[in-house]
Amino acid sequence: MFKCKAVWNKLAPLVRASSTLCLQNARKSVLRHGRRLEMVQKAQMSSGPAGGGGENTLYYVLVGATCLGTGVYAYRTVSGDKERYNERMIDLVNRPKQGPRAAEAVTEVVAGSKEEPVEEPTLTEAPVEEPLVTEAVVEFTESKPVTEPLVEASIPEPIVETLVTESVVEASVPESIIEVSVTEPVAEAPAVTQSEEPLASVVESETKPTPVIIAAHVPEASPVSESAAVSEPAPAAEPVESTAAHSDVPEHAPYLLIGGGTASFAAARSIRARDPGARVLIVTEESELPYMRPPLSKELWFSDDPKATETLRFKQWNGKERSIYFQPPSFYISPTDLAKVENGGVAVLTGRKVVHMDVRENKVKLSDGAEISYEKCLIATGGVPRNLQVIDRAGEEVMKRTTLFRKIEDFRSLEKISREVKSITIIGGGFLGSELACALGRRSTDLGLEVIQMFPEKGNMGKVLPEYLSNWTTEKVRKEGVNIIMDAVVKNVSYKNDKLEIKLKDGRLIETDHVVAAVGLEPSVELAKSAGLEVDSDFGGYRVNAELQARSNIWVAGDAACFYDIKLGRRRVEHHDHAVVSGRLAGENMTGASKPYWHQSMFWSDLGPDVGYEAIGIVDSSLPTVGVFAKATAKDTPKAATEQSGTGIRSESETEAVAVTLKAETTAPPPPVQQKEDYGKGVVFYLRDNVVVGIVLWNVFNRMPIARKIIKDGEQHADLNEVAKLFNIHED
Amino acid sequence: MSYLNIFMSKDRIIFVTKEDHEAPSNAELIEDDPNDPYEDHGLILPNGDINWNCPCLGGMASGPCGQQFKDAFSCFHYSKEEVKGSDCVENFRSMQECMQKYPELYPQEDDNDSAPSGGADNAPSDSVPTSSPESTPATTENPAAS
Repeated sequence: MFKCKAVWNKLAPLVRASSTLCLQNARKSVLRHGRRLEMVQKAQMSSGPAGGGGENTLYYVLVGATCLGTGVYAYRTVSGDKERYNERMIDLVNRPKQGPRAAEAVTEVVAGSKEEPVEEPTLTEAPVEEPLVTEAVVEFTESKPVTEPLVEASIPEPIVETLVTESVVEASVPESIIEVSVTEPVAEAPAVTQSEEPLASVVESETKPTPVIIAAHVPEASPVSESAAVSEPAPAAEPVESTAAHSDVPEHAPYLLIGGGTASFAAARSIRARDPGARVLIVTEESELPYMRPPLSKELWFSDDPKATETLRFKQWNGKERSIYFQPPSFYISPTDLAKVENGGVAVLTGRKVVHMDVRENKVKLSDGAEISYEKCLIATGGVPRNLQVIDRAGEEVMKRTTLFRKIEDFRSLEKISREVKSITIIGGGFLGSELACALGRRSTDLGLEVIQMFPEKGNMGKVLPEYLSNWTTEKVRKEGVNIIMDAVVKNVSYKNDKLEIKLKDGRLIETDHVVAAVGLEPSVELAKSAGLEVDSDFGGYRVNAELQARSNIWVAGDAACFYDIKLGRRRVEHHDHAVVSGRLAGENMTGASKPYWHQSMFWSDLGPDVGYEAIGIVDSSLPTVGVFAKATAKDTPKAATEQSGTGIRSESETEAVAVTLKAETTAPPPPVQQKEDYGKGVVFYLRDNVVVGIVLWNVFNRMPIARKIIKDGEQHADLNEVAKLFNIHED
Repeated sequence: MSYLNIFMSKDRIIFVTKEDHEAPSNAELIEDDPNDPYEDHGLILPNGDINWNCPCLGGMASGPCGQQFKDAFSCFHYSKEEVKGSDCVENFRSMQECMQKYPELYPQEDDNDSAPSGGADNAPSDSVPTSSPESTPATTENPAAS
């Protein structure tokens, strides 16, 4: 009532100020409000507790009945379960061993409390699919009717003993879904091993024909029978046969690396360094152990050793020899030993492709049907060389005479072909194309081989180097004996008179014996669909965050990773050092670090002994550039750089960061060499919004740390000549 | 004498002689934070621990004898004896025993402590404990800070 008055008082002046009609309206509306208020009050008053007496009784009766009903139901269910349990036990004891079809799997349930993600492992449901019949009867505080075959229970206390004990000691592992299943008659019990990884200590028990019954603490003798075997979900097919076929495939790998290239190996090494006793499994579809790719288009071609193609070893300028394989076979352990060996190790499963990835179950399926479960997974599948559409469509005769260069077998095949044919044409003017052209060009005189290189750009490395350097590079490649055809767009390739005929868009015709297509790399993202991973539409590859993570427990590194670079933005990099850096980073993050991509990777190219450069960051010729050059002396060549730093391959002095201080060599000063070229050595800065995002060190070596620092700073420098001073380009 | 060559509007080229670059640079670089968690560290981490993931170690800490290597090197690193590492003989011995089982990975040279070279990955050619790993990564990482 008071409120009413206050309102009225407020309105009064307003009312007075307006016309009579308004006044009357206002008054009317106020009165109406007033009445409503009163009515509301009354309504409130009427909804007191003093309801009708009869209603109460009804209420009590209803509640009572419900309680009674619940009680009766609960009792019935429990006793029913008990009966069924007893029957089942009798059954199991009496049942003789039978074939797989009639097998019954007894699965147990792993403690998985939903509210505490850290304490207990999240559990899985019975992986038993037909033909195995599952029965697990679980009951706990909430009496759930038995659901078949899926059983889930939230267990207040962990089931002890043969339980999968937690991996989650370190919070790094949010969930480890470890599937446990025992198929009764299957004699092939997975190896009973005690593995001691800190991340996943899985305690296994012997798998017995009759399941081990572990009475849970729950008094009601709930039939929780389990045998925990850590293994892998038995494949849906007949268990006996499949286990025999996949006997060399481990069923579980704490660290699973898909792909056996540079990124994968770097990750394996990183994991092993950080997680003592880690068990790492690399699965690769190649038949080779992990190896490095750059020598396949560079050093191996320059080697004097005639057996280099076989041994894949090469001697460097300073006589130091190494193999392209990262490690000899004795470094690795066999996949079957992976779970058993004391201190863990790295095992490589060759010739197998991962075709399906089940992220929910944390397992993958191989091309031969085997399944492997994992805790942490790295996808480092790299890519496959792109082909020109015109060649794809050109028919088998053309395809037979085309090489898509990427692997060891491609190198061996091309090396053999180079000795047999008279003319080879390389399509593509980028890194691979130019390097192969130089490599083959050097052999051209000895072998009587014609080497042609064609590309749509105006010069070699046209998309990477500014025009003046691209022209300079093209001249150098020509000097190596290559016939370069620029502005060449291939329209058609056909097989005629035992030769390949390439027709260009502008009408030119080139006849050759063999074609090498070096027109880019298509990242392998076949697992995206089954794994539910995002694929980047701009750059291709799996889309991952700055820490290289795609989803929980899945990381991607190397050529296949489209990652977020905090400094330079989202990109995908197809270089060797990036594979090493990203592989190493992924390995660190898989073992608990949360580091973003920060150490900028570099790349390099040696187009013969006289032309060499190192580069870092975004090196795109479409960006504005500033180049600072000095005159070069004979000392400024890649050959001299390796001699001075005392390392094998120049790539190693950077990527392996050998802890050897560089010694200044006291060699006799070289005779003064008159270089006609203006661009002997220097530094080229690539700018984006006035910030240096990329640097090319042209015939200037061992300065990469400075370049890396400048990119990391990301500053706008007023005078790039001052920045160039930091590189001391006139010194060695 | 240096001169600017306005070659194209997009790509500038500057030629410099040695004299042009004699004066020290006035380009400003940002001070590096030694405790930056994102940075890669050399052999020794800021807190004094050994960085087993350092590329300078090659594959020593990750190979089949990785555990023995780690034990031996850790012992050496934390050794407070007068002759550093003299209390670690046992560790080094077991490391050597292990390495002898993998001659391909750890070729036995005259200097028995030396890390593998050649066939295996490239690790430092002189023995790890006696090289100066701390200074080298520092110099390679922060050349401008000097």
